[in-house]
Amino acid sequence: MKYIDEFRDPAKAKKLVEEIHKLASGMFPSTPLRERTSPVAERSRSQRSRREHTRSQPLQIMEFCGGHTHTLFKYGIESMLPDTIEMVHGPGCPVCVLPMARVDDCVAIAEQPGVIFTTFGDAMRVPGTRKSLLQAKADGCDVRMVYSPMDALAIARKNPDREVVFFALGFETTMPSTALTLLQAHREGLKNFSLFCNHITTPATMRAILTDPDLRLDGFLAPGHVSMVIGAQPYDFVTRDYHKPLVITGFEPLDILQALWMLVKQIAEGRCEVENQYARIVPQAGNTAGLNAIHEVYETREHSEFRGLGNIGDAGIQIREAYAAYDAEKKFGIPFDAAPFDSAQGAGSLKCAEVLRGVMKPWDCPAFGKECNPQMPLGALMVSPEGSCAAYYAYGKLAKRS
Amino acid sequence: MNLSGTITLAHGSGGRAMHQLVDNLIRQTFTNPLLEEGEDQARIPLAGLVAQGDRLAFTTDSYVVTPLEFPGGNIGTLAINGTVNDLAVGGATPLYLSCGFIIEEGLSLETFARILQAMKLAADEAGVQIVTGDTKVVQRGGADKLFINTAGVGVIPAGFNPSAGRAQPGDVVIVNGWLGDHGAAILNARGDLALDADIETDCAPLNRLVDAMFAACPDIHCLRDATRGGLATVLNEFAERSGVDFMLKEEHLPIRTPVRGMCEILGLDPLYLANEGKLVAVVPLTAAQAVLTAMKRIPAGRDACIIGEVVEGDGHVVLQTAFGGERIVDMLPGEQLPRIC
Ligand code: SF4
Repeated sequence: MKYIDEFRDPAKAKKLVEEIHKLASGMFPSTPLRERTSPVAERSRSQRSRREHTRSQPLQIMEFCGGHTHTLFKYGIESMLPDTIEMVHGPGCPVCVLPMARVDDCVAIAEQPGVIFTTFGDAMRVPGTRKSLLQAKADGCDVRMVYSPMDALAIARKNPDREVVFFALGFETTMPSTALTLLQAHREGLKNFSLFCNHITTPATMRAILTDPDLRLDGFLAPGHVSMVIGAQPYDFVTRDYHKPLVITGFEPLDILQALWMLVKQIAEGRCEVENQYARIVPQAGNTAGLNAIHEVYETREHSEFRGLGNIGDAGIQIREAYAAYDAEKKFGIPFDAAPFDSAQGAGSLKCAEVLRGVMKPWDCPAFGKECNPQMPLGALMVSPEGSCAAYYAYGKLAKRS
Repeated sequence: MNLSGTITLAHGSGGRAMHQLVDNLIRQTFTNPLLEEGEDQARIPLAGLVAQGDRLAFTTDSYVVTPLEFPGGNIGTLAINGTVNDLAVGGATPLYLSCGFIIEEGLSLETFARILQAMKLAADEAGVQIVTGDTKVVQRGGADKLFINTAGVGVIPAGFNPSAGRAQPGDVVIVNGWLGDHGAAILNARGDLALDADIETDCAPLNRLVDAMFAACPDIHCLRDATRGGLATVLNEFAERSGVDFMLKEEHLPIRTPVRGMCEILGLDPLYLANEGKLVAVVPLTAAQAVLTAMKRIPAGRDACIIGEVVEGDGHVVLQTAFGGERIVDMLPGEQLPRIC
């Protein structure tokens, strides 16, 4: 068990950090931000309300993916950045954004006689309005944790008299494997296997964030492993329609620093492009076989909800009519859009929505670390270790001190 | 005693079977003059205690672990060394231990005998005697195979007074070697992670090491063993109680490659992993070298090193990462859970 020190070399890190500082101090030469003259700043400023023109706020950069948040904390990367660059943690953890009603649906399916409900481990602890899958299991439901959807298929083959359901969730990183599993079940003519599809797409989710009027962001780090599947092109709208630069980024700490440098450089030079820091792995066009499987099996949903973001438009994914026999929603009659905006979120003291949109830091939520903690997560951001609230809780933050 | 078969409720009933278990197995294994007196309590002459110091140290701990046996030790070694170390880090010379067993029926006699043997060896190594005890057997499901409680007394020599509230800016932080081995060994031994790492517990008595440290520097400011919750938890207590900050350097933290690798895969932080033979000392800078030299002469201190320093602050533990960043190392809210997907 060795690990890849090549991407954690402090000397290289130091160099990049110096470059980032240099770029930043060029942009903020001890004068407030409103003096900035870069075209991007001009453009994005013109989109803001009058009141905000005079802000002297730092650059706000969103790392979309929970994996990036984790790396930021673990290596203390934020403490290496100049004060003029602030990281805003995105919603990019598929477990975090799951509405409670979806968990309730899972429990309802798991409670049907004869069902074996299979899922990735992280989803087990997400609270529903009634209970989590973990509690459902303790109460006697047959809920099994698997490492891949193919494991669920194997369970279906071994138990022909049981209904086996796999909880398909995640971004484009997990979509090819669930699509391929469904196609495999179809080829084998398995009648007792279905997917409960809760996939969401990264670009559409990003669009939901970008259209939020509250949100002020200067650029994005986009997850490299998603682009391994979809390539770089689906992000073009971010630069074209919203004029925010974006860098596709790997998961090692040096990847993140390099991507930040690329992003800040774009802003400093007034460019606004989709760049690919993760070129060592991400092919420009993505993974054709994976994409084909996705298109064969899935289509966009008209309406879907995110915990904390409400309606996210067309980010949700459903199974095409041609494969309805493998769709747990149809098999078990789950009325998918009966998912009212999570009522728990409405309760004023829970700030999941604000945290998720990057307008508020987790510790500004009155429930943070008190009623809501990793043992008793009220909001989903506290559930997965990569959820922003759980990550803040686990790693603390130097900024908290000042 | 015939060691085939298992322990049953009869062994706890007070009858012949119990007599056999206690007298022929437990007492014979632990044998020493105080135990042999066979009274309901151990009777310890005061004179011998008074000669060794001016305060009595008294502590207790209960031991539950799955699996009972793991690479490098078992629940018995833990039960002796854990209590010995709780006394030792208070500056006490550990002398006498009590030992209570709660056994779930069905435990194999052979396993139990092996655990007793390990306890005897550990007690001898630490120079303590098990002088009184108790055994209960409970129904299946009433306990998880075997729980052990040990209590211990020791004597603290005059003038030794480490305390969690005495860290001062300028002090340095010393540990006696590799961190996280025990926690990693247990996780690995549970076997449900399908990892194949070669990691042994670090379980060991620390009293001789503390003696040597005290001889080198009578003014050790803080001293604790870093058991449950690991190094991070101990340092947070020091920081809070002393009202100072601790600055740790990641590249100085002694963590073995397999432990690091395992944490990497599971998303765990080795700073929170349990140790069973590691202490954390905060000593004045001027004494640091002398303490280190003294520690390195003792087997349990061979890999001792300085990992950080105390600075002014308000109760934080800060890690300077090898990558060049800084982050706060907070207390853990609860058990660390492996990340699965
Ligand atoms: S602390 Fe809990 S309730 Fe508050 S924003 Fe985070 S997850 Fe939501």
